[in-house]
Amino acid sequence: MAEAGHIDALTPYARSLGILVDRWDGDIPVLRVEFDATVEGRPEHYHGGATGGLLETAGYGVLRAELDRLGRTAVLKPINITVQYLSAGKSRTSYAKGRITKLGRRSANITVEAWQDDPARPIATAVMNVLMADA
Amino acid sequence: MTDTRPSFDPRRAVQLMSSRGHSGWLGMRYSAHGDDWVELELPWRQDLLAEAGGKVLASGPILSLMDMASGMAIWRAMADFSAIATLDLRVDYVRPAREGANVFGRSQCYRVTRSAAFVRGFAHDGDADDPVAHIQGAFMKIASSVPVGWNG
Repeated sequence: MAEAGHIDALTPYARSLGILVDRWDGDIPVLRVEFDATVEGRPEHYHGGATGGLLETAGYGVLRAELDRLGRTAVLKPINITVQYLSAGKSRTSYAKGRITKLGRRSANITVEAWQDDPARPIATAVMNVLMADA
Repeated sequence: MTDTRPSFDPRRAVQLMSSRGHSGWLGMRYSAHGDDWVELELPWRQDLLAEAGGKVLASGPILSLMDMASGMAIWRAMADFSAIATLDLRVDYVRPAREGANVFGRSQCYRVTRSAAFVRGFAHDGDADDPVAHIQGAFMKIASSVPVGWNG
């Protein structure tokens, strides 16, 4: 089950967009967002910005979970994100899961994938650099 | 020379798109435009923040803002309201937005080819000479039977 620190990964923005922790895959949170008007771009499809928000939230989620596991405290600040859109998000639930590619002292590099029906066929991926400032 | 291109009016398009869906939820507004660029405004809001108890807008809504401004900049540059899809979008967050500040997103379409369009732009919180983020992106034109008007 999610612990208090893990839930902190969900920002007011993420909660407002309807992003939830679907399950834990070991130490990694798998997030989900249901399709509704809040995330809709052109009719019956996800807006690219909503997909990007889900990816970014999953990136922060995996980093926050790992820092908690290591007993580290840090204020997370975005450095950059590059989102690749692979196919249009259709009108059903989307999931996202991040992987920490490199965890340094001051910054982390994270790769994230979002999918709908099949995790092996992502609808979008992202790579993020995140600054970890002293709390 | 007279500009004979069919008009794409960003002001009207933002009104249409912000009446519903993700753009409506974010409350995006028209700000300004030129021949190949469009600027939109994202009003500051408590439930779009990066931290509970903080005052700074999260970066996710800025990504949405830049995606939409970029799509409109491409429609301006193409003078055509045909369907496009975002291929990739990179956002460099060079500094946090000021507390309580609305964020403006300005994107320019600097090149259109037969099948692709390229954008660059920035987000600022009032002073365009001091951006909070820089962006670049690539879009594809898509042949589609779905109604056009919402890039996503």
